Amino acid sequence: MSKMRYSRRSILKSGAAAAASTLAAPMVWAQEIKDIKLRQFGTGVSNLNDVATKVKEDLGFTLEMTALDSDSVTQRAATQPDSFDIADIEYWICKKVWPTGNLQAMDASKITNYDKIAGTFRSGKLTPESVIAQGTAPHTVGFVEGPDSTAFATEESGWMTLIPTIYNADTLGIRPDLINRPIESWAELLNPEFKGKASILDISSIGIMDMAMVCEAMGEISYGDKGNMTKEEIDKTFAIFTAAKEAGQFRAFWKSFDESVNLMASGEVVIQSMWSPAITAVKSRGVPCVYQPLKEGYRSWGGGLGLSASLSGMELEAAYEYINWYLSGWVGGYLMRQGYYSAVPETSKNFMSENEWGYWYEGKEATDVITSPTGDQLAVAGDVRDGGSFTERMGSVVCWNSVMDENQYMVRKWNEFIAS
Amino acid sequence: MRATSNIIAYLQAAPLMAVLATFLIAPIFMIVIVSFWGATEFSIYPAFQFDNYAFLFGSPVTYKVFFATFKYAFITWVFTLTIGFTVAYFLAFHVRTQTMQTALFLLCTIPFLTSNIIRMISWIPFLGRNGIANQALISWGIIDEPLEWLLYSDFSVILAFVHLYTLFMVVPIFNTMMRIDRSFIEAAYDNGASGLQTLWHVIIPLTKPGIMIGTIFVVTLVMGDFITVRFMSGSQKANVGRLISNDISLLQYPSAAATAVVLLVTVLLVIGILLRFVNIRKEL
Repeated sequence: MSKMRYSRRSILKSGAAAAASTLAAPMVWAQEIKDIKLRQFGTGVSNLNDVATKVKEDLGFTLEMTALDSDSVTQRAATQPDSFDIADIEYWICKKVWPTGNLQAMDASKITNYDKIAGTFRSGKLTPESVIAQGTAPHTVGFVEGPDSTAFATEESGWMTLIPTIYNADTLGIRPDLINRPIESWAELLNPEFKGKASILDISSIGIMDMAMVCEAMGEISYGDKGNMTKEEIDKTFAIFTAAKEAGQFRAFWKSFDESVNLMASGEVVIQSMWSPAITAVKSRGVPCVYQPLKEGYRSWGGGLGLSASLSGMELEAAYEYINWYLSGWVGGYLMRQGYYSAVPETSKNFMSENEWGYWYEGKEATDVITSPTGDQLAVAGDVRDGGSFTERMGSVVCWNSVMDENQYMVRKWNEFIAS
Repeated sequence: MRATSNIIAYLQAAPLMAVLATFLIAPIFMIVIVSFWGATEFSIYPAFQFDNYAFLFGSPVTYKVFFATFKYAFITWVFTLTIGFTVAYFLAFHVRTQTMQTALFLLCTIPFLTSNIIRMISWIPFLGRNGIANQALISWGIIDEPLEWLLYSDFSVILAFVHLYTLFMVVPIFNTMMRIDRSFIEAAYDNGASGLQTLWHVIIPLTKPGIMIGTIFVVTLVMGDFITVRFMSGSQKANVGRLISNDISLLQYPSAAATAVVLLVTVLLVIGILLRFVNIRKEL
């Protein structure tokens, strides 16, 4: 069986070598490409069926998508390398998974739009003046020394671990109609004024960062590095939140997107950790909800596409073609219209109307109705995106979702916090 | 001759044995083995260590959570028993015709035609801060402020448990009551016993096996539950099942297995104690 496979692979390889020499005219292998199937898995945010349909249309091959939650994604990438061709994972997951050798580095010279990828993912700096945020910042795990290296490179090396696809800056969501005063700091989450009306998400790797933002804003703890806490810092953080929980600060904790929407829309909760599309969902029910920019800055996350180590030959070429297509704008436009950002914002512009580009990217007033890719109305003329433009929002990121050296200790403390 | 019949008996028992060995004994055995393993962030590795148990018994949260589990089980038991017994008593002794009994009994099972998650979640909008219950109470002038403890509290958790599991009490109790020979009750009346005396000295003792079966159902269901506690308390409360499900979602399988083993032993002990009181085999 394995021999058969080997011979098939080697034939594909020689085929691909021939194809590579004529890459400028991919028509040469147009016939074979129809039979290619790439298996992609990842979290729900970017595993969109519309993308698979469009791939079939534009590139000819089949993209098979599987959506899982982030814990299962990590587990699968780490333990079942043969079950996927392309992994759509977050950067902090990459930090955990890369050392297993299940992913292969990508040759940046084969990425057409490499130069246009946002600075955050290359040098770590969005603009030359930007300060690099704490946590697992994408550029720290975005490059390796060479094609077979398992060590992360400190600068752009030409070998990428993940091709950035989608990212955003997260903050607290509030109900302005029920709070009736400006909210400016993360510390407000534990303000006794909102006793029994606050919530936080029950996903440890993200929740701990929100907690750290709150504790730091309260002035209770100053962290060496929020993205890599010591045991004492972890203990102190949980002590503050456990005390708040026992005092009845929280109405509920949420784990799924829908729960966060329901808590907010029903008025059970007036301030909580939230994700951008959840705000949109609350608004689309006619309930006022704001993704409140806070003075301490945003907690950010980013995802990217990684190639399985077992990918080779023609399938590998197809994967590169898919990635180049991914960065060429259509997907970017699609994601930007959902409130996320694309790694190569410029190319998305061609796939968005001037009004959409102005609203989502430049932070300008909408000149007309803004709708989501699925047709729901999100804003009307005159509305402005919470937090403003791309550079204002991504420029104020102070920490990234991360995995710490003391992760396992943190996870156990998290479980205790939930159970306490 | 005797040896052959022995072999035949074994052969007859073999299929059931095989099924139980594969689907019950082997998995439990695996859980016990894994509970001694170690875990990294994304994998588990074979080992023989007591870390998982040490952490479990070393954390004050564990005792709190086990206490909460027993508390839920006990309070739910009291309510399901009271309601279940009353309903079964009414069906068995007050409803005269068998057709009517069957009809009313089926009526009791109607809510069970939907999934129990849906039955549970439908309480949430009802009990919420701006829910129907609070709005009704406010409009009747009974309260001025919405009652916060209606939802995401022990109250809502137990309410959901009672709602979900009362039928598991009704069925076995009703079943035992139907088997009580009516001449016993007539004899009690003839001897001058009052209604209450008949209930206490005749019906309850004869219904004990049914009560016990219902108790085992309710106690094991409540002690093993995690989803009701999670949804109805908004993740604010925890029982042992929640502890296990949290561990699993964080990929800490060995730790989850250790907690599961401790829970299994606890539940078996509880059932062992219950069975001391009543011989249910007499009933089956």
